[in-house]
Amino acid sequence: MKAVWNGVVSRSVIWLPYLWLLIFFLAPFVMVAKLSLSEPAISIPPYNPVLTLAEGPAGWWADIKRFSLENYVFITQDSLYWRSYLSSVWIAFVSTFLALLIGYPLAYGMARAPRTLRPLLLMLVILPFWTSFLIRVYAWIGILKKEGLLNQFLLWAHVITEPLTILNTTTAVYVGIVYSYLPFMVLPLYANLERQDLTLLEAASDLGCTRTQAFWKITWPLSLPGVLAGCFLVFIPVVGEFVIPSLLGGADTLMIGRTLFDEFFLNRDWPVSSAVAVILLLILVVPIMLFQRSEARSREAAS
Amino acid sequence: MNKQVASFRRSFQPWDDIDATPFIEFRNVTKRYGAVTAVNDLSLKIFEREFFALLGPSGCGKTTLMRMLAGFEEVSAGSVLLAGNDLVGVPPYRRPVNMMFQSYALFPHMSVEKNIAFGLKQEGMAKADIAARVSKMLELVKMEAFAKRKPDQLSGGQRQRVALARSLAKQPKVLLLDEPLGALDRKLREETQFELVDLQENLGITFMIVTHDQQEAMTVADRIAVMDHGRIVQTAPPTEIYERPQSRYVADFLGDINLVEATFAGTTKGTVSLETSQGGTLKTVGDVSATKGDVVWFAVRPEKLEISRTKPASGDNLFFGEVWDIAYLGDQTAYRVKLDNGIFVKASVLNTRVDVDNPITWEDRVWLSCAPDAAMVLSA
Repeated sequence: MKAVWNGVVSRSVIWLPYLWLLIFFLAPFVMVAKLSLSEPAISIPPYNPVLTLAEGPAGWWADIKRFSLENYVFITQDSLYWRSYLSSVWIAFVSTFLALLIGYPLAYGMARAPRTLRPLLLMLVILPFWTSFLIRVYAWIGILKKEGLLNQFLLWAHVITEPLTILNTTTAVYVGIVYSYLPFMVLPLYANLERQDLTLLEAASDLGCTRTQAFWKITWPLSLPGVLAGCFLVFIPVVGEFVIPSLLGGADTLMIGRTLFDEFFLNRDWPVSSAVAVILLLILVVPIMLFQRSEARSREAAS
Repeated sequence: MNKQVASFRRSFQPWDDIDATPFIEFRNVTKRYGAVTAVNDLSLKIFEREFFALLGPSGCGKTTLMRMLAGFEEVSAGSVLLAGNDLVGVPPYRRPVNMMFQSYALFPHMSVEKNIAFGLKQEGMAKADIAARVSKMLELVKMEAFAKRKPDQLSGGQRQRVALARSLAKQPKVLLLDEPLGALDRKLREETQFELVDLQENLGITFMIVTHDQQEAMTVADRIAVMDHGRIVQTAPPTEIYERPQSRYVADFLGDINLVEATFAGTTKGTVSLETSQGGTLKTVGDVSATKGDVVWFAVRPEKLEISRTKPASGDNLFFGEVWDIAYLGDQTAYRVKLDNGIFVKASVLNTRVDVDNPITWEDRVWLSCAPDAAMVLSA
């Protein structure tokens, strides 16, 4: 008996992470999935449970037979949902591209800065995390609104004669997303670029490359794992982003996070919103798996 | 064929020919990093087909000198010439010079053949020609079987070969080697040294090697320049630099040496007489620019000292003392003898026989001696 117990304890390194995943990932997912198969009702909570533990195994089978995919069918019928999904994926895609466009030169500059300056620059990238995310997004309202800082500045500089409408447009959503998620792009890129061996560039130059050619033939291909990591770290959470579109976006900014929120709290249709959440997860499984694979590969290469 | 090469090699001494034009020339080159002077007003001539070694301790400026020829560092003053053309301001990618890096600097995301082809592709060479050259290079360094491997799938010695092949692929006029064998173990290093020499002879390219390993420099090089604090202290072929060093620094950097401080007494019929502070007389040969009474150093290499328990017949350069330490090194035995005036002198004897009757042992009283022409006199 004691030996069995010892075995359990010594293997805890293996089963503890699984236990963690089971409790904090799989269990909530099962609850949401179960919810998505039930019917809405005017009650508290606002749905008819499809499965109750009290019935015992025999009752469960009857319940399982009563599972309905009606909510999923409903989602496919109403164009709002698939337009939200598409628009979310598109916004996430564009934001990721913009974040890469801004983040790469930033990370490159940081990695090539004098060694003594690098911790300071890294600090500057991380510093915004010390303030609440929500407050930082609110600050953008102050900057982007009609009588906000940006318009005041542009009017003062005579770039424009009339204040621009930026707040409550998709542009504002892009600004907010790129701003908020930039560190997630910069940090993995910096980690990669900083590690690169600069004698490789000397070797490339020795073999006939100009600095630009050496960048595209050596630095860029070697930084691809960092690029990939950064893109996934931005893309995956942005698809489900809720706060930024609801604070900075307009009525026409469709994002699935917002649709989900509205379905849940305004419509009080828990089963449909659960179905929306399940499909969102399924959409994200592909990039998440790709991300995991590329991470595993770069870990392998590093060892 | 090989004999011809060998004889060519023996007679290859362009540095003694005053009419020979140097292939590479450093003219009064200075390199400063802020307040630090890495290379100080240095001039040097290297000839075509020469295998030239820059030897010195770390921080002496030898790598900086080489990097200025490759174009990775610009000179602060002076000029660097290659085949008569001033290289100052020419970027590294336009110099007909290739370098093999100490860390090899192989591109980790490319296979062995892509690494070798890199410079050729950059040149815009036709695909078929590239393939032909790459396979020739792979053959040259005996790496044909590894063409498709990535650098991280190779051993240190294999990487070294690929790096060598890559730097030779463009058929440079000069190949620079920065501590090329530093990462290899001793056996492999010694083998590779001879391979490098053969390769250089066959290709007829000028090689310039930077090393801190005196044995490596002496094995591969036609001439060695010994550097110290950004200056060249002496440039000479290996034999000369070992047997006729011009200063205590060079004598001490290459191999072991015993130095005895003395005063110059005079030269008669080519024999230099020195007086020690104890009133003894030491005799040697050689040219020395000193006048009577100047402080000079009597220098003798350990292997040129004879050690015996009986007083030798010839009375020149005798030292008497007690055996303090013995190091048996296999091929030779090194003795450290404490003279009666407290000075330690090193002597070494080749172990030409397996068994020696009554060998010299600890605390034996021994005589050390050397003929005048086995020793030298140094004034600096």
